[in-house]
Amino acid sequence: MISTYSTLATAVSTQAEHGGQVAVEATGIYSWTWLLIAFPLLGAAVLLLGGRRTDRIGHLVGTVASSLSFVMGVVLFVAMLGEGDAERAFTLDLWEWFNAGGYQVEVSLLLDQLSMAFVLLITGVGSLIHVYSIGYMEHDERRRRFFGYLNLFVAAMLLLVLAADYLILFIGWEGVGLASYLLIGFWQHKPSAAVAAKKAFVVNRVGDMGMVLAVASMLAVFGSSSYSLVFANAENASTGWLTAIGLFLLLAACGKSAQFPLQSWLLDAMEGPTPVSALIHAATMVTAGVYLVVRSAAIYDLAPDARTAVVIVGAITLLMGAIIGCAKDDIKKALAGSTMSQIGYMMLAAGLGPAGYAFAIFHLLTHGFFKANMFLGAGSVMHGMNDEVDMRKFGGLRVAMPVTFATFAMGYLAIIGIPPFAGYFSKDRIIEAAFAENWVYGICALLGAGITAFYMTRVMLMTFFGARRWKQSEPPHESPSVMTVPLVVLAVLSVVGGAGLLYLTGDIVQWLAPVTGEAHHDLPMPLALLVTLTLLTVLAGVAVAWGMYGRKAIREDVPAGNPLTVAARRDLYGDAFNEAVLMRPGQYLTRSLVYVENRGVDGAVVGTATAVGGLSSRLRRWQTGFVRSYALTMFAGVGFVVVAMLLVRLP
Amino acid sequence: MTAPTLEYAELAPLITVFGAAVIGVLIEAFVPRRARHTVQVVLALLALVASLVQVIALAGTEVVAAVGAVVIDGPALFLQGTILVLSIISIAFFAERKLEAGGDAFAPAASSLPGSDEERVLVRERRLQTEIYPLMLFAVAGMMLFPAANDLLIMFIALEVLSLPLYLMCGMARRRRLLSHEAALKYFLLGAFSSAVFLFGSAFVYGFAGSLRFSEISTALTTEIGKEGLLLSGVGLMAVGLLFKVGAVPFHAWTPDVYQGAPTPVTAFMAACTKLAAFGAMVRLFYVAFGGVRSDWQPMLWAVAIATMVVGAVVALTQTDIKRMLAYSSIAHAGFVLTALVAADQTATAAILFYLATYGIATLGAFAVVTLVRDSGGEATHLSKWAGLGKRSPIVAGTFALFLLAFAGIPMTSGFVGKLSVFAAAIDGGATPLVIVGVLASAVAAFFYVRVIVLMFFSAPAEEGPTVAVPSVWTTVGISLGAAATLLLGLVPGPLLDLAQQAAVFVR
Amino acid sequence: MSLYAPVIGLIIIAALFAVGSVVVSTVVGPKRYNRARLDSYECGVEPTPQPVGGGRFPIKYYLTAMTFIIFDIEIIFLYPWAVRFDQLGVFGFLAMVTFIVLISVPFVYEWRRGGLDWD
Repeated sequence: MISTYSTLATAVSTQAEHGGQVAVEATGIYSWTWLLIAFPLLGAAVLLLGGRRTDRIGHLVGTVASSLSFVMGVVLFVAMLGEGDAERAFTLDLWEWFNAGGYQVEVSLLLDQLSMAFVLLITGVGSLIHVYSIGYMEHDERRRRFFGYLNLFVAAMLLLVLAADYLILFIGWEGVGLASYLLIGFWQHKPSAAVAAKKAFVVNRVGDMGMVLAVASMLAVFGSSSYSLVFANAENASTGWLTAIGLFLLLAACGKSAQFPLQSWLLDAMEGPTPVSALIHAATMVTAGVYLVVRSAAIYDLAPDARTAVVIVGAITLLMGAIIGCAKDDIKKALAGSTMSQIGYMMLAAGLGPAGYAFAIFHLLTHGFFKANMFLGAGSVMHGMNDEVDMRKFGGLRVAMPVTFATFAMGYLAIIGIPPFAGYFSKDRIIEAAFAENWVYGICALLGAGITAFYMTRVMLMTFFGARRWKQSEPPHESPSVMTVPLVVLAVLSVVGGAGLLYLTGDIVQWLAPVTGEAHHDLPMPLALLVTLTLLTVLAGVAVAWGMYGRKAIREDVPAGNPLTVAARRDLYGDAFNEAVLMRPGQYLTRSLVYVENRGVDGAVVGTATAVGGLSSRLRRWQTGFVRSYALTMFAGVGFVVVAMLLVRLP
Repeated sequence: MTAPTLEYAELAPLITVFGAAVIGVLIEAFVPRRARHTVQVVLALLALVASLVQVIALAGTEVVAAVGAVVIDGPALFLQGTILVLSIISIAFFAERKLEAGGDAFAPAASSLPGSDEERVLVRERRLQTEIYPLMLFAVAGMMLFPAANDLLIMFIALEVLSLPLYLMCGMARRRRLLSHEAALKYFLLGAFSSAVFLFGSAFVYGFAGSLRFSEISTALTTEIGKEGLLLSGVGLMAVGLLFKVGAVPFHAWTPDVYQGAPTPVTAFMAACTKLAAFGAMVRLFYVAFGGVRSDWQPMLWAVAIATMVVGAVVALTQTDIKRMLAYSSIAHAGFVLTALVAADQTATAAILFYLATYGIATLGAFAVVTLVRDSGGEATHLSKWAGLGKRSPIVAGTFALFLLAFAGIPMTSGFVGKLSVFAAAIDGGATPLVIVGVLASAVAAFFYVRVIVLMFFSAPAEEGPTVAVPSVWTTVGISLGAAATLLLGLVPGPLLDLAQQAAVFVR
Repeated sequence: MSLYAPVIGLIIIAALFAVGSVVVSTVVGPKRYNRARLDSYECGVEPTPQPVGGGRFPIKYYLTAMTFIIFDIEIIFLYPWAVRFDQLGVFGFLAMVTFIVLISVPFVYEWRRGGLDWD
């Protein structure tokens, strides 16, 4: 491994781009890259500014805008396939944003293999979810606004992955945060939705602090925040700074990707409409943190300590999310726990350095397919069940909703990693890479796979199998085809996505190599043994779940559960943690300052006035209101300023 | 002794505004009451526009004028131009008469007893108080002179010329008049106190340098050894006078009360323009006259900047009145500007100029929006009444949200570029810890700005909530200009940044 | 330390003067309290009975006082000009004319708005 680092470091120092690829000025079709962002942005503008006039065609405008962007993405992808392996990076300078204090920022885009993969995921899955939402939101009178926000999200997310400067990325970063916030709180008449939106907002601000600090540090160290300059000069920076930047970026990633310790908002975010959960809180936005880490490979390569932190965060979240997923009876929350856990896998892989970057992205893509599939499936179930989310009230739905069941099953097989479904390929790679790096990481990843199998089987059994526990008068119905078609497409992708990305269209790892670099690892045991071990763990998880939920009837009331279950139901006390660490001290500070403002100063005045005795009565006659306390503050300030000035010279 | 000469061409913008103010007083004396409002508004607009044209024509001039008492150089012209633009927009808000059923935002006669019969009669007759325009012109002239002043006396005179009319204007609100009177009195008392401190400091500095002129004070810093006690006390005391005007902690106590009590158009004008003028003067004084002893005043300003940012941002969190919240926000912003001021170089000057321009525009716009949200008692400034405003009038709420986002420094708004440039300048100047405090304070600040946005768009509308009045074309144009500039300077700040960069050279 | 000697000296003198005058007047002065003494000092105006809701004083006196100050200050500027009349020449003369015109503007304002009518 050590030698790999040094080779890479040399590569970084000689080449502007990490992994040896040099970005060239975009020409021809590539100079139209901006259209990717322009389509959805225009759609959002039309829908949000157009007012009621666009109510009737709102959903169509939104879907077309997103689809056009997807078409454009495919065109660019095809064009890119025609280029040489390491000649697929293009920069497009749009305009100079500002140049202040020697800090210059160009609004420029970078289209390379990594951003291309994201563009296809975002616009592809995004367009499918737009189509699905036409059906899902049909009876919502604010549907136009919903599509406007969705378009806004797509535009911001594309800006995030196409930016060629951390500051531009940050704009996209805030943009997706805004869209996510608007969409979580979309059903604002529900107080829980409003609270969840607020929580997501606040927790994300903590992460954004990391981003701001990272950009500020880059500014201090490199004098720029553009990828090309930062990556090219990373070699010359001190390890201390690089570690700091890496940790700041990790903090940002934790906020956006719901990683420990900033994970608490994601479960509440399920208050949003289900297509939102699928698009933003499963397939795309929450993976932005992984993108950030992989994009910053040049920094992490030179900061092993920061990388270790990434791995640890990933491993903790992986297990935490899985454990939370086991205890939730709300189908969406169970899936949300699963999302946390799967992103934990990606983080873990990304933290392994060049050995893992490509696998992280690979898993990110397959996860985008199968998790979006399962969320939309859950949405379809809810659609048929009058928005019921409690799995204890489901049961036996496979008959009533055959398409939803079949597609959900594909996603299920994919996530638990049964060959040849998509998740098998991607997750297995990560487990391999983890074992190659360190036994502990490997065992965490393996354990996670087992727990994943357990809770997903539980979801499957409670929802689609067993006795019918629903009590509504009319039986649940299958969703309309505008909703099932996207389900089918995503189900197909969940089946073939893994093998397809590896073998059919060319190896995804090879494809990404010019951006992420490559490193081969030596497994501590034969590959076949490891694969067998993984599969056995998965099967064990399935078996345990079957034993607990398949053979016995499921109780409709919530059993007491052991302490771990109780803790998991309460999100492993994430909220209590936030409250103790972040909220309380802030409140104390605010209160004490306000106290000083309101009372302290005045109290001091009263005290002084009493001390002066007879003067106070005359003073009070002359005074109105509290000017006296203001004047006293000022007077104290004058004293402070003069003394401060004089003290400087004294020594 | 020879007669002094005056550079009339370079001083023309100032003379125009002063002259118009004097004519305004004569109009009050001679023009019939019915015609006064129109004549005053036209005169004020003409004078300000004419002055602005002359400032633009003077661009690039670098002259020490009026026997060294006034300097017309890049920073002076930049600030004069900005102040004029902001004042022209302010006039539009002053002249708004649709919101109060034929009246404007000012009491028909400030001297009438609140609640008296006299007041009721005047209101019924739709009597307008037009002295506000000459007063405003005097204030504008003082503000234009303040950052151009090149000696201690002129600086003090400019300080008084800009302050005295403001004290009066604060007491002229049509509604909640007692609050307004209280604000005026507080502002006056504390302002007089701070002016005295400033004058006291000037005397010390004069005692040290034996000259009032900034350039000669600067020379004296190296030649006069052994009297630094006088100098340092003087610098400190003068700093207090200026820090009071910009509303820096611990000289900020007046800000929330005065911002809340003053008629909102006056608050807008005052918040935007006074800060510009005072920071302009402060930069010139500290860079040109006291630049040689910067290591002495920097630690003091560090402390003030930190206190200002922290107190401004944190105390704003618990405000329930929108005008008070904006007041604390303006305190925090003063702290952000101070971080760059500590750096004391050309980059910092450029950053400050840019920041002030963007902040001024956003402030003006935000307060103007406040005048639109009304209930039966006039402006509804309590935050709870703003709940759900976004549902009733999305455009007004959206515009206000834009200004708040600019204050918070969200990318793609002018505030972001401004904040970035002052922080960048501060880092260049070696004040990185200050910037860290600044970033933390802006994070806290962002919270309360966004809280208002959340309140407007995500809360249930308040019962019997306020209505959004439809303003006349005056206010509409003013707010639209502010919003457009805020967005445009966020997307393409290049030209103004370049201008600020070129203008950031002081002539000594 | 000698650096600060003048400042410290000034502070001490100022403090002594301020505190001293208060102390001396309370120690030395006669302590005969009556209504007039406890009333606020109002620039020579006869204290009026306080109406309900706080005292309001007739504004006429202040207008007169301000008019006085306008002309009072005018003299301060006229005096040095008169001393150096020869050297300042036409420029000085025109400047003074401008000054006097400007000074008369508020006077005109006061006159036209009825500030000079006693009742």
